Amino acid sequence: MTTTLERTSRGTPDLTRRALSTRRRITNQVALGAITLALVIAIVPLGLVVYSVISKGGGIMSGEFLTEDISLSVRRAGGGMGPAIIGTLLITGGAALMAVPLGVLGAIYLNEYGKQRPLARLIRMLADIMTGVPSIIMGLFIYTIWVLTFEARSGFAGALALACLMLPVVIRSTEEMLKLVPDELRQASLALGARKWRTTVTVVLPAAISGITSGSLLAIARAAGETAPIIFVVGAVNATNWNLFSGENTALPAQIFSNASQPFQIAQDRAWGAALTLIAIVLIFTIIARFIANRFAIKER
Amino acid sequence: MTTETHTTLTSRGGGPRADRSFMILALAAGLLVLAVLALILITTTREAWPAFSHMGLSFITERTWDPPAEVFGALAFIYGTALVSLISLIFAVPVSIGIALFLTELAPRRLRGPAITVIDLLAAVPSVVFGLWGVLVVAPKLVPVYRWFHDVLGGIPVVGSVFAEPIGSGRSFMTAGLIVAIMIVPIITSISREVFSTVPQADKDAALALGATRWEMIKGAVFPHSFGGLVGAVILGLGRAMGETIAITLVIGGSTQITANVFASGNAMPSVIVSQIGESTGTFTAALIGLGVVLFAMTVIINTLAQAIVRRAEARMRGATS
Repeated sequence: MTTTLERTSRGTPDLTRRALSTRRRITNQVALGAITLALVIAIVPLGLVVYSVISKGGGIMSGEFLTEDISLSVRRAGGGMGPAIIGTLLITGGAALMAVPLGVLGAIYLNEYGKQRPLARLIRMLADIMTGVPSIIMGLFIYTIWVLTFEARSGFAGALALACLMLPVVIRSTEEMLKLVPDELRQASLALGARKWRTTVTVVLPAAISGITSGSLLAIARAAGETAPIIFVVGAVNATNWNLFSGENTALPAQIFSNASQPFQIAQDRAWGAALTLIAIVLIFTIIARFIANRFAIKER
Repeated sequence: MTTETHTTLTSRGGGPRADRSFMILALAAGLLVLAVLALILITTTREAWPAFSHMGLSFITERTWDPPAEVFGALAFIYGTALVSLISLIFAVPVSIGIALFLTELAPRRLRGPAITVIDLLAAVPSVVFGLWGVLVVAPKLVPVYRWFHDVLGGIPVVGSVFAEPIGSGRSFMTAGLIVAIMIVPIITSISREVFSTVPQADKDAALALGATRWEMIKGAVFPHSFGGLVGAVILGLGRAMGETIAITLVIGGSTQITANVFASGNAMPSVIVSQIGESTGTFTAALIGLGVVLFAMTVIINTLAQAIVRRAEARMRGATS
């Protein structure tokens, strides 16, 4: 106490909080409070959505719900979501098989060959624009080039639409991962006499593989929840269709959408159950992606 | 010296031809992006052409949408998309910037990771689940709130027409805007966070050393530095809001009207496409695809603009830090 007084008397300014004017102090606290409140505002809806989905979807959840065919009646109880779960997995899997290899190859061009050339810059910019193209436009695009041309809706058409959505995301996330691979690795491989393609495939890709995998899984998780691009290109079925290429198909998001618009309680319950299933699938993909990213992140540094 | 060493230096693995074909393969995959974008533009415009030539410019200026009479005016849906996007930005922008500030300037290191996870989870919830929650849980609960706003503000001249009589189901522009706001918070937050993290530490330290409070430091050092980037983030959020489809379809009510009343039902471009394309034929289908073309053009312009702004702001930042 005495020491503080002595110091102040010697002319050192008081740097404690008390020295601030009341107005400045209050403004500061109100502003910082508002900033913290923003985070709370974002957490509340997330909590409410998750609570609604678990409490309302949990009631209908059962082994039968996950495996049985979709009920033909929107009013009567019974039936399940089996065909929609299989459909979601098939369509998303098909999309991933197309988009991930092509996206990784595209990223290899951008980071290993194109670098800062005008063409690479253009592709990079277009990929960013393509990421922002609404998902329904991808659906319309596949509708015009596939459904209207072949006059057939199929799971494959849905997979094509989702692949278009995933492609730019995979390209950009993979490129970020390739950037992290140290140049010394490339130089070492080239110095040993390996050709560039061999260096890329056997040295650069393995070094970045965990990041590429987690980025791709996140893109797949996002695509699995998409409704707009697939709803009018895959059609609708009530029994499981294992064939991606022929016959109509269905998916969980499409089932949620059609049941949510029904006034009947049982249909709404089905929508909640399907939502719980879909969120579980998306969450599993996301958690695996995070796990891979965290577990193997050290390798990339 | 010997010349044969040159030959022994070539590696196994297919020779120069393999190298070349690998590069061409990679380039082809990269060019796929360009091809898809070009194809989208060409095929959708071609399919929509009957509607465009049938309606002319009135496709975007006419407010009547009457498929049986072959009148396709998209103005009401363009208005709906604009209004919902505006409402969503009004709610989402302050919250997103607040979260980004919290994460970059306020949060203790321990809290940062979990907070980012929460925002990531918000982005991971599928659009249709938000829509389901919006239509079955949120919309009915909001009706009394809307009625209260109407009772309090309804009497004031101009403001009153914005907060007019709410629709009984609660499915309205406002509900759609609120749901979309939740969905665009993650994207605006993540870009704002990137922008804030480019503010030089020296600037912030200087402000604090001069005796500024945390808020004064944010106001004086962080905001001026990141304004351009924030504008880009907001426009990118706008692009997302405009393309949002399923959630809006479920909660907007689906009526064709242009009204200032935010508590009334309406419709938006993507929702019209998704809800009507199943039963459409001929010119009707062309008109719906035409809506997609207009939406595609609007989002591409907005995204290009946003990216240019963010990139320019980031380049300036980097110049300032080095």
